[in-house]
Amino acid sequence: MNEHNDLFPAPAEPDALARLHRRLEEAAEREGLLDVAYRTVDSPVGPLLLAATPRGLVRIAYHIEDHDRVLETLAGRLSPRVLHAPRRLDAATRELEEYFAGRRRAFDLRLDLSLSSGFRLLVQQNLPSIGYGQTRSYRQVAELIGNPQAVRAVGTACATNPLPVVVPCHRVLPSDGTPGRYVGGTAAKTTLLSLEAAA
Amino acid sequence: MSATLFNVSLGERLRRELAGGAVHVSSWLTAAQHQRKAPDVSRFLAGERLLGMDTKHPFEKVVADHGGTVLRVCRVLLASHDADDAWSETFLAALRAYPDLSETANVEAWLVTIAHRKAIDLLRARRRQPVPIGEIPEGPAGLGVPGAGDSGLWQAVRELPDKQRQAVAYHHVAGLPYAEVAQILGGTTDAARRAASDGIRNLRKNYSGGGSA
Repeated sequence: MNEHNDLFPAPAEPDALARLHRRLEEAAEREGLLDVAYRTVDSPVGPLLLAATPRGLVRIAYHIEDHDRVLETLAGRLSPRVLHAPRRLDAATRELEEYFAGRRRAFDLRLDLSLSSGFRLLVQQNLPSIGYGQTRSYRQVAELIGNPQAVRAVGTACATNPLPVVVPCHRVLPSDGTPGRYVGGTAAKTTLLSLEAAA
Repeated sequence: MSATLFNVSLGERLRRELAGGAVHVSSWLTAAQHQRKAPDVSRFLAGERLLGMDTKHPFEKVVADHGGTVLRVCRVLLASHDADDAWSETFLAALRAYPDLSETANVEAWLVTIAHRKAIDLLRARRRQPVPIGEIPEGPAGLGVPGAGDSGLWQAVRELPDKQRQAVAYHHVAGLPYAEVAQILGGTTDAARRAASDGIRNLRKNYSGGGSA
């Protein structure tokens, strides 16, 4: 369509666009249009996607979950007004860095749990009661929330935890002594458990 | 080079030209509202992966895909500083309206239409301010590829008559089909095609390329 590309070479101006993008992030926040802000951070368990609504941290996603796909899902479920805007994630980034450095045992972050509902939400709300360095079996968690029959449902709730690491589903294990499945992969689960055991 | 100089006579002409042609951005907002009120099927779907498959992309993708093109369009329409403002206002307005945008809309045409309006607004605002003529401090050139010798070209584009410049910007820079350009300019498709082709002919005449200009 652009048959005159010879006349109009695309200006290479990543700096200008980066500057304009930051302006857009600030204006969007100021105007109340930043429905979902996100950034990625490096970690010992690979790059993590962090996303927050004005209410709080709403999603942490592992690389194997496919960050682009996760963002598409957030656009569909929360709002398409999704922007790369790191500033809103400053506190979460700092606390995660401290956690991975072994200097933080609990997170003090506002969470937006609107991606979960019903039984899954109930389970996820109770997971932070499992302290740093401790573990529970799926059955114990089912008993904890007063529904000892719901072992499989607890497993599903852990597998669909939208805020892994911060909501510590990695501290829930099968009874057979294996690490069990994990949204970030078994290796990530083992890494987190080792980190907490060593600290 | 004086690439960032605001050409007052050009601005005057652009103002007069653009003042007449109202473009209705609302025409891009279709029955999306109705669709959004349709029963929410998401609660019947189990996994996250099934959701969001036929919904809108994150706005970040719109910026990534079209930010560069819209910036070039703004720089054809306006001087450098104003072009940045037009870009910012275009994407902020787009972000605001994005949830209501039809999922089948041509996103780039939508953005260029907003940019067209924002350029008009900026030129009107300029008109209410005293315009310094003569000694305007030069900012970073910001036009074209530094060293590639094309800033003269961008200057030449901005000196085209308004309709030609707009038609060139929307067709040759943004890549919109003439039918879309005509929607924005408010004329016929043939008129849009003629304006773009006149513009290119004038450019080839007035700008011989590279260092010889």
